[in-house]
Amino acid sequence: MTTPTILLYPTPMGSSLTKVLDVLGFDWKAVSDTSAAETLEPVTGWSGAIITIDGNPDEAFRIAQWLRSREDANAATLMLVSAEALPELADNTDHFDDFCLTPFHPAELEARLEHMIQRHVDEGNNAIITFGPLSLNIETYQAMVDGRALDLTYMEYELLRYLTAQPGKVFTREILLSEVWGYDYYGGARTVDVHIRRLRSKLGEEHANLIATVRSVGYRLGTADWRA
Amino acid sequence: MEPQEKYVLRTVEERGVRLVRLWFTDVLGQHKSVAISPAELEKVFEEGLQFDGSSIDGFSRVQESDVLARPDARTFELLPWARDDEPSALIFCNIERLDGSPFAGDPRQVLRRNLQKAHEAGFTFFVAPEIEFFYFTSDDPSNIIPLDTASYFDLTTADVASDLRMTTIHMLEGLSIPVEYSFHEDAPSQHEIDLQYTEALAMADSIMTFRLAVKKVAQERGVHATFMPKPLDGVQGSGMHTHMSLWRDGQNAFYDPDHEYGLSTIAQQFIAGTLRHAREITAVTNQLINSYKRLNDGLEAPRYVSWARNNQSTLVRVPVTKTNKPDATRIEYRSPDPACNPYLAFSLILAAGMKGIEEGYELQEETKINLFDRKEARNAGVDTLPRSLDEALVEMEGSELVREALGEHIFEWFLRNRRAEWADYSRSVTPFELDRYLRQW
Repeated sequence: MTTPTILLYPTPMGSSLTKVLDVLGFDWKAVSDTSAAETLEPVTGWSGAIITIDGNPDEAFRIAQWLRSREDANAATLMLVSAEALPELADNTDHFDDFCLTPFHPAELEARLEHMIQRHVDEGNNAIITFGPLSLNIETYQAMVDGRALDLTYMEYELLRYLTAQPGKVFTREILLSEVWGYDYYGGARTVDVHIRRLRSKLGEEHANLIATVRSVGYRLGTADWRA
Repeated sequence: MEPQEKYVLRTVEERGVRLVRLWFTDVLGQHKSVAISPAELEKVFEEGLQFDGSSIDGFSRVQESDVLARPDARTFELLPWARDDEPSALIFCNIERLDGSPFAGDPRQVLRRNLQKAHEAGFTFFVAPEIEFFYFTSDDPSNIIPLDTASYFDLTTADVASDLRMTTIHMLEGLSIPVEYSFHEDAPSQHEIDLQYTEALAMADSIMTFRLAVKKVAQERGVHATFMPKPLDGVQGSGMHTHMSLWRDGQNAFYDPDHEYGLSTIAQQFIAGTLRHAREITAVTNQLINSYKRLNDGLEAPRYVSWARNNQSTLVRVPVTKTNKPDATRIEYRSPDPACNPYLAFSLILAAGMKGIEEGYELQEETKINLFDRKEARNAGVDTLPRSLDEALVEMEGSELVREALGEHIFEWFLRNRRAEWADYSRSVTPFELDRYLRQW
């Protein structure tokens, strides 16, 4: 995993802020306005932002808003604010995840950042599972193949999610049944075959072979040498 | 909240579903639907949807008329025929009483109870129906014209009906109802679609969806599709031959490699059960007056209570399977027609077969004669299926097996309702009589 990069606004004056970031092992880049935020953004995207309101509240919120407005916005935003500027926050609660009063206590800022950014990074990385043309969004329960949304029942989705989590691994019908269906289901292991068939039919002819039958064992997503 | 309910709520939101259709079935197998908005769905998952059951045929008695529809989130599907700007979804419901117990007038609950009973004996019931139906140019009874005059396996590019059938199949696949085969049947504009086997409750749901999808696709092209068992004189009617097997511990319980036909003792007892009780359950597997016109016509439909391996004239057929395919070992019960209530029909066939297993019924000899030849059949002394709805109802009324499998509520309502229809029919003067008697007498 790449090191998370944090957007800072404005360029930090003291060293206490950057020291906290160093301790946490985060990279950071300072920006002066939204266009700089755009040009300096790392390929993997901003993992988070620390924006100080005092000084130029308008520009501060413009940047926060810009971070939120993007298609795949995934940056957690923390506002640094003095007690005097606190009322500014009340009008813009949609634009940040958390805030911290200045002057801050380094341990508090560290704890908040770690909690907030780590959570965002985790979600950002784990919400989407992909395999070849297949992608599953665990958070929204949506599955796509070649960018086409699949209309799945809950069990079909769960089965696909289970197989996609470990491509190349062979699962027996019994394992799939107990893991995906739970123990108290009518169908028995034969039910797994029925659902695999339905899934293949919904994946369409072109992609039906994404799910391979391993004769007298069970099923697997992709080919056996996928992990090699 | 159950994860499958969360899945449904989230999918409804992500896909912009505007209407959620809650589906259930009345005693005769007619489709019922209540549409709710997505905003109501979460509450309905939690509390159920209360409605007045007495408004639905056979549902409840006046004094306890309110019932709850409980959506079964596992059955959730997006409806492929909904318009893009108004996506909608379906969910099948179980009907409960206000105290949360299963409602006795709900056919889906009846099937669940019978499957549960088989499950307690270690069995899962798999079925695969072959559903026949006709396409006509309109639904006007005085003017029924078959959509085409093509015959068996006929496929031409100009065949509108084949096109209809293909569109239907694509729709079914999108609804998690995979199709095994489809083809043009013997009769003009008669078609058959065979569904791939699945567990009986899911299949009964699928048949309800199937009948709607077939009619829907036809209707969009200005064509009328019908599951009426025998719409035309002189040509075969529409059946719903049903293939079935019992599974235990992941194995096909009907298979025994040591038996000469590969049939286990369980399979033999199951067949014996369906044969012994066949006459009692026929009122349900063939519930219309018209159903008996199909059974009586001697064309493809079974008339005699017997079994054989490869004899199309018997009630139960044991298809010969390829060697080394134990999974495919199954029996085919050939009397049901596509106008039956699949929940109740499956309940009774299963109950009859399970009775054979419980009581260790002995299977009679395979029928080797051609039962389509009535004289031969009579000479062999083979029992017949009831010849009319009236006869079938008399058989049903005396059946403890049917009473127990259906439950008192549906058992009584069904007899009352079907008797009333028979009484109406008995008083009605038919075109047949006018043709024969008006001038002659």
